Amino acid sequence: MNASSAPGAASAASAASVSSAASVSSVLQGSGALIGYLPVGFPDLDTSVDAAVALVENGVDALELGLPYSDPVMDGLAIQKATQQALANGFRVRDVFTAVERIRSRVDAPVLVMTYWNPVVQYGLDRFAESLRDAGGAGLITPDITPDSAADPSADWMATSERTGLDRVFLAAPSSTDERLAATVAASRGFVYAVSTMGITGARADVDAAARTLVARLRAAGAERTCVGIGISTGDQVAEVLGYADGAIVGSALVTALAERGVAGVAATASALAEGKSAGTSADGSPGKSK
Amino acid sequence: MSGRKPNAGPLRDQPGPFFGDFGGRFMPESLIAAIDELAAAYEQAKTDPEFQAELAALHRSYTGRPSIITEVPRFAEHAGGARIILKREDLNHTGSHKINNVLGQALLTRRIGKKRVIAETGAGQHGVATATAAALFGLECTIFMGEVDTQRQALNVARMRLLGAEVVPVTTGSRTLKDAINEAYREWVTSVATTNYIFGTAAGPHPFPAMVRDFQKIIGEEARAQVLELTGRLPDAVAACVGGGSNAIGIFHAFLDDPDVKLFGFEAAGDGVDTERHAASIERGRPGILHGARSYLLQDEDGQTIESHSISAGLDYPGVGPEHAHLHDIGRATYLPATDTEAMEALRLLSRTEGIIPAIESAHALAGALRLGRELGPDAVILVNLSGRGDKDVATAGSWFGLLDEGAVQS
Repeated sequence: MNASSAPGAASAASAASVSSAASVSSVLQGSGALIGYLPVGFPDLDTSVDAAVALVENGVDALELGLPYSDPVMDGLAIQKATQQALANGFRVRDVFTAVERIRSRVDAPVLVMTYWNPVVQYGLDRFAESLRDAGGAGLITPDITPDSAADPSADWMATSERTGLDRVFLAAPSSTDERLAATVAASRGFVYAVSTMGITGARADVDAAARTLVARLRAAGAERTCVGIGISTGDQVAEVLGYADGAIVGSALVTALAERGVAGVAATASALAEGKSAGTSADGSPGKSK
Repeated sequence: MSGRKPNAGPLRDQPGPFFGDFGGRFMPESLIAAIDELAAAYEQAKTDPEFQAELAALHRSYTGRPSIITEVPRFAEHAGGARIILKREDLNHTGSHKINNVLGQALLTRRIGKKRVIAETGAGQHGVATATAAALFGLECTIFMGEVDTQRQALNVARMRLLGAEVVPVTTGSRTLKDAINEAYREWVTSVATTNYIFGTAAGPHPFPAMVRDFQKIIGEEARAQVLELTGRLPDAVAACVGGGSNAIGIFHAFLDDPDVKLFGFEAAGDGVDTERHAASIERGRPGILHGARSYLLQDEDGQTIESHSISAGLDYPGVGPEHAHLHDIGRATYLPATDTEAMEALRLLSRTEGIIPAIESAHALAGALRLGRELGPDAVILVNLSGRGDKDVATAGSWFGLLDEGAVQS
């Protein structure tokens, strides 16, 4: 498998214990980043760690680790099937910290956790955030809450992220009003996740033109870093998206590759997607260089 | 526990989004614009005499409101002699209380200008009501129903299709109501520009819990006046079954600020709350977030939703509406379990003593009323919400009691 042949960052092992040395904002500077999503525990914990490492070794700049959840309302079939299998195989929430720590000890790339909200609340928000930080995680992507719900007194993520220094990535949608985009930009740290289309996760033939408009609206609302996700599955689409955004997020295509062709398959897919990075042109000039 | 300010004033007409610590709007950003649009339309409709008149006229000429109350003395003999009075939502057009809410939301859909509606359904009652309203208003309609439920409620699937709706069997997760809701959300995210989601119960994100309650509160308002007229006083207790909790909050609402009227919600206990097969979210769950709101929830240590079990598809849901969670926490309402067996016995008893075949859902409230009567004594007056009729459940009852001829079971 070509995953193990690429040189990982040898010094990363020591970095892991010094918390989130790799911040997502640092990899989003320059010509644009490729962010890869894989669920923890699919098809099993060890393989999911190997697959995540393989992504980084094949050109993925940052990782989005999905936390399997029983009711993933924003996910299409490919990710639903994978996360249900992880749950059926006995995935526990605490496994995500093990996975983050092991990945960070092998490669030097920022690792964000993508999670629906209830597992975090039930684990205990403070405990979850501290465990993630201690494992070397960079932050959370929260698809089923908005900044107003994130400040709910029952579990105040805004306050906890301030205290722990974790990034908080909220989603923005083509349907969001200007007022809501401004609030989302103000609440986010790390980057803003621009949902490319009105829909759920899954590969699509074309990346919706709505994505370009949304990224422009987010910039107008003050966003320094914006990454586009949902529907991106080819190197050409990565190149297209990086023409106007700071990052391209790929999920279902990687999950499908892992399901069908194992770690070697997902490594090859990552490699093909990463070719889109060099082809990408910075059409909108230089996206936010500084924090 | 959360540091949220307590709700002030009377218990009636709490506007949301929070009921004490429960409720809220924990939703993907992609759906917020649609939810805001719906909330704004509802806020306006609530105080618009034209909207209210239109809904009232529909209820008179289409739903068949006001629904009657029926005293059931032969049934009550089995409840220690207490007086038992049924609110007959089973006599509404389409056979349950669901039509009250659906007509209100269908009118709102027309106001917003959308041409298509989607809905989830468990037993099929809400799906049938939605398909009915869609036919009446000329709207396109798609219903999501767990595959398990399409099998145990096959007759309702045919009814919905006959009414012109598309029925999508949901094959993900536990293939019941919870997953039908997940799939309806996924569809709504994708088609929100043209489609309104007619949610069936007083749960989900704001404004649904308050809005659905407001469309259902007519049950209690009518019943309160009817019981007063019949008995000269308020009932001692009001009983209703609770899945998501729309029929229960509908009948409770008018009595919330009558402190002498005890309110009882009966959750589906399936094989028993000490087994793993039940749907008693308040009795055996703990607070968590599912489908947009914070409420009691059947979940494991990790916050993964636990599949619920009940013979009644309409109560087979691991969550409960946030206003019920609040009423439980402040002690205003009491939530008790009723098992499959108790519900089926009550179903047969009402059928044989009064000639009324109730829905299995409603039979949980009847089972509860039998217990309440024995506790409260022969002077008590108990109002029970008979939320739906049992026609849809005849096949289930037939096999439960062994009433079908050999061979007929297979057909």
